[in-house]
Amino acid sequence: MTENLLEVRNLTKYFPVYGGVLRRVQGWVKAVDNVSFTVRRGECLGLVGESGCGKTTVGRAVLKLIPATSGQVLFEGRDVFSLQGPDLKALRHDMQIVFQDPYSSLDPRMPIGESIAEGLKAHGMRSARQRQEAATEMLRKVGLEAYHARRYPHEFSGGQRQRIGIARALAMQPKFIVCDEPVSALDVSIQAQVLNILRDLQQDFNLTYLFIAHNLSVVEHISDRVAVMYLGKLVEMADRETLYRSPQHPYTQALMSAIPIPEPDLKREHIVLGGEVPSPLRPPAGCRFHTRCPLAFDRCRTEEPPLLDLGNEHMVACHLRQPPPIDA
Amino acid sequence: MTQTDNLLQVKDLKTYFFTEDGIVHAVDGVDFSVKRGEILGLVGESGCGKSVTSHSIMRLIGQPGKIIGGEIWFDGKDLVQLSERELRQIRGNRISMIFQQPTSCLNPVFQVKDQVLEVLQIHQQMDRQHGTARVHELLKMVGISDPERRAKAYPHELSGGMAQRVMIAMGLACTPELLIADEPTTALDVTIQAQILELMRNLYRNTNTAIILITHDLGVVADMCQRVAVMYAGKIVEQTDVRRLFREPKHPYTQGLIGAVPVLGVVKDRLEVIPGSVPNLIDLPRGCRFAPRCRARLERGLTICAEEEPALRPIGLDHAVRCWLYE
Repeated sequence: MTENLLEVRNLTKYFPVYGGVLRRVQGWVKAVDNVSFTVRRGECLGLVGESGCGKTTVGRAVLKLIPATSGQVLFEGRDVFSLQGPDLKALRHDMQIVFQDPYSSLDPRMPIGESIAEGLKAHGMRSARQRQEAATEMLRKVGLEAYHARRYPHEFSGGQRQRIGIARALAMQPKFIVCDEPVSALDVSIQAQVLNILRDLQQDFNLTYLFIAHNLSVVEHISDRVAVMYLGKLVEMADRETLYRSPQHPYTQALMSAIPIPEPDLKREHIVLGGEVPSPLRPPAGCRFHTRCPLAFDRCRTEEPPLLDLGNEHMVACHLRQPPPIDA
Repeated sequence: MTQTDNLLQVKDLKTYFFTEDGIVHAVDGVDFSVKRGEILGLVGESGCGKSVTSHSIMRLIGQPGKIIGGEIWFDGKDLVQLSERELRQIRGNRISMIFQQPTSCLNPVFQVKDQVLEVLQIHQQMDRQHGTARVHELLKMVGISDPERRAKAYPHELSGGMAQRVMIAMGLACTPELLIADEPTTALDVTIQAQILELMRNLYRNTNTAIILITHDLGVVADMCQRVAVMYAGKIVEQTDVRRLFREPKHPYTQGLIGAVPVLGVVKDRLEVIPGSVPNLIDLPRGCRFAPRCRARLERGLTICAEEEPALRPIGLDHAVRCWLYE
């Protein structure tokens, strides 16, 4: 078994909601609630879910870009949340992020070569020439040219900007990259280019990805293992083949059947879920999915199902899916 | 002029935008037709002109854009030539449209019921009482539970999926012959998209309304449409029925597009890639617009592609392609 690069334990993030004249805290948005998973060295873990399920918050909290409410994140055995000062800075070197929106994540007044090299400067690479060389090398790695380094973000298309974002993350020679919806703003023909680059780079540099996306087909293409989130909770997690071939959680099943497939003769049974995702401000009691679940019964409304291993590390949080009994 | 089975026929439509940087050839000679009671998919990537085409049909092109040529035949009338007054009889009544961002298309300061009612008052001269009953009926038809209560909601109280249902209710209020749906589910989550697509499928079965479904998602096309037109850089490059499009795509762009989409349940090591990116619509390449990105052209060693533009030619029954490979 390969070693865990990242271990997330009971990660919880509540955002306060202020209201009233005195701007008192009126409630809490339970964006991420008690989420645990691990990412192994060299693998890509896909994290999927619909908008508002907390997947982006998980990505940011893992990198300590936002403080978590509780829980623990271990990166190569070090506790990310307790690190400070130079230790934290050293850790940042190893963990990078690629953002969703290639338009707002680059400084419009900075030539992209400088954007790419900025991290190197912050981490103590003094020689400007060295930084420039590093930036040029990274540009080539993502399929751009050296002369692009002097240009500004507005001169690039969305796909090119996303590649610049990847080059910037890559410049630090990180071990781990959080890819937060890196292709969802791109057209399909461009999306394919970026996905292929991400995959090539992963092999070349032995990178580990946490790949956050709402598109299940994209996640299937790039991930080794996949975790599904619903309303701040992890509902299912398994290796790619298992999850896509035999999804066990009713939500995962509905999600898969809801995706239109470019195959006109394929007659599939559509599971169309009724209703909408409830507000994370007041998540339903019991299983959070019970309000939309076609299979929900009494127990689901009162008791929250734990995430259990069905065997072969196929984790599911559903009262209807119980692990096989252990032989005495 | 019109053929009997064609509800809408667009001929050589050209819509340009006259900007400070130059003329943007957003729609540059588009031909297609929609038969009565069918769903036609208009597919392409951003900036290919699919939305401008649909806005042109509704004559919703504002400054600095202008329809500079072509004909749009609907029920024996050329929509391009109609006066604004005549057009108002058709727009929202016999042809209606739903948009990508439902929440920004509803007026934030009016209740839902007043906005749906307005359509009925203008086009069907309904009074308030009858109108309100019809509004509730429409909201129920688009799957809104408790329509009496929801009708009193303001747009900000609705979720994206709910707002899109209201938009569809408005679009269908006058039982139009043609509904133009411009990326109706792009802003929605997959489970909500499934609800809206299911709703559109049911409405289509029950009302005989023809639909132009504009989308970039080939999955939605395969799921919903009977015929498909693929657009690239302001032109239609291929048009055929949905089966043939996925079984035997002819245009190198269509082939590339189909290969570039990751398909659920099919794991490929690498996705096919269309190299480069879409041309600048101000400064278009001289010959075929896809030529700079086309691999088939290089493989066959065709030189004409860079010099002369191919025409959209029929290559089989109900299958037309704009490509020199099939000349």
